[in-house]
Amino acid sequence: MLSIGSAKRAPCFALIDCNNFYVSCERLFRPDLRQRPVLVASNNDGCAVARSAEAKALGIKMGTPLFKIDDLIKQHNIEVFSSNYALYADISNRVMSTIEAMVPQLEVYSIDEAFADLTGVDRSVSLDTFGHQLRNRISDWVGIPTCVGIAPTKTLAKLANYGAKKYPQTGGVVDLSHPQRQRKLLAITPVDEVWGVGRRITERLQRMGISTALQLAEADLKTLRKQFSVVLERTARELRGESCLALEALPASKKQIVVSRSFGSPVLTIESIQAALANFIARAAEKLRYEQQYARQLTVFMRTNPFKQQHPQYSNSVTHSLTQPTQDSRELLALTRNLSERIFRAGYHYNKAGVMLADFYQTGVFQQSLFETNEAKPKSRELMNVLDKVNGKQTGALYFASQQKSSSWHMKRERLSPAYTTRWAEIPRVK
Amino acid sequence: MKAEIISRAGVYPKLQIPYLLEAVQAGFPSPAQDYVEQQLDLNELCIKHPAATYFVRATGDSMIGAGINDNDVLVVDRALTAQAGDIIIACWNGELTVKELQLKPYPALLSHNQNYPPITLPEDAELDVFGVVSHVIHRFR
Repeated sequence: MLSIGSAKRAPCFALIDCNNFYVSCERLFRPDLRQRPVLVASNNDGCAVARSAEAKALGIKMGTPLFKIDDLIKQHNIEVFSSNYALYADISNRVMSTIEAMVPQLEVYSIDEAFADLTGVDRSVSLDTFGHQLRNRISDWVGIPTCVGIAPTKTLAKLANYGAKKYPQTGGVVDLSHPQRQRKLLAITPVDEVWGVGRRITERLQRMGISTALQLAEADLKTLRKQFSVVLERTARELRGESCLALEALPASKKQIVVSRSFGSPVLTIESIQAALANFIARAAEKLRYEQQYARQLTVFMRTNPFKQQHPQYSNSVTHSLTQPTQDSRELLALTRNLSERIFRAGYHYNKAGVMLADFYQTGVFQQSLFETNEAKPKSRELMNVLDKVNGKQTGALYFASQQKSSSWHMKRERLSPAYTTRWAEIPRVK
Repeated sequence: MKAEIISRAGVYPKLQIPYLLEAVQAGFPSPAQDYVEQQLDLNELCIKHPAATYFVRATGDSMIGAGINDNDVLVVDRALTAQAGDIIIACWNGELTVKELQLKPYPALLSHNQNYPPITLPEDAELDVFGVVSHVIHRFR
């Protein structure tokens, strides 16, 4: 399309990514941990999901089960933390609002990274300088180290960020505006580091002789589209500097809501698995109402621990479609109970269960069914409003009897740090 | 000391920091709305940079002379650059500590209690400042 008036400016993106985010959060109020190896464990203290530079240097890989490195942890006095989501969410919000105040537009991509639109910023300050300003501001204000990648496309900005992290001499900022610099970095980057290129695609690309990002950028677009997908073709175009992905300032409304957990200890009875599921569906329904959606489809699943092959294995799921979409916790609780009975088999050590809501409708868009009336719905909405309001003030203040508080299914979080920034009783102490 | 009444305090809703950007809900405006003045918000008084502000709790009596008592809550603003004479939270010996920053005649961390000697800082070492204390919240009962 022809743009009339001012000439269209070339787009410019930045990817701001926090360094070892969970570890950096744990270190913020613990100066004694600055130089020490630190690990953050996944749910149930199972695997390493964040590692400090010192822990990486000890050869600990992402996702390593902690029990496998027990000796290493003792030998090097590695500090291990359970995931403290309350802390990470609060610090993440601080990082994002700090960036937001400095850039024209922001897309929060995940808890620890965000894309920013920097189009036009170079009119007042060099992009490299601006990258350092962003980085310093986040470090000074919030106390979290970051790296900044700047480029004309999102995929290149991701790559620039990878370069900023990998090569310390960059000072944490890489500006890839210049095609020559793009080429230089593309040539030394393995193709599996490219945004959107997973393990399976990497293997197939390597068989075709494509092992660096540059080779992917220079590959024949038609071949990529035919043999892989338009998605990979788009990735190649973006690597060439052609912007195909715009900033998504508003998060798209969710297509499904999943709530599932691994259990702290194996669950054997239907009563305890139902108590767990009741909590999951109550939480899922709460999220559904927050998104102002109604769901028509509910899936319930449960499984044993695939890592414990000495125990008999079982895994099953069941999906049910309602005639009317709903967001009423009571209806979903009853259905969850029903569905769990259908797939539960006694005699297994269950290790994980969950629920998924899908097939969403927006308030009021669905038709009345022939057999059900909507008369109960207005009252249902009022009841759910009260429920959400009370629980919004204090999580879990109001709950359904079937949810049964504090059962064995609760997550194991034995090495949890204090909620430093979200609970008065747990704020840091200073002498 | 003379106290002056500024205004009747309102009921303060719990305010989260940092502020999250949320869509404004549309609704029926009250006819009296034009005459309602904004209620005074303590956050507005104590927090200039929400994303950069942390709360910490003071323990002990080393800063009693500066008006910081055991168990007081300190408002710490990381957006401020520490200057001589500021009460700061510093990282010292692997711990967070609240002290006054002295730069001249030599850099030191000062307590405000005779029982605690000043901590002299080596000239070439870089002091790790966590943030500047902007307010003290002390509870009388």
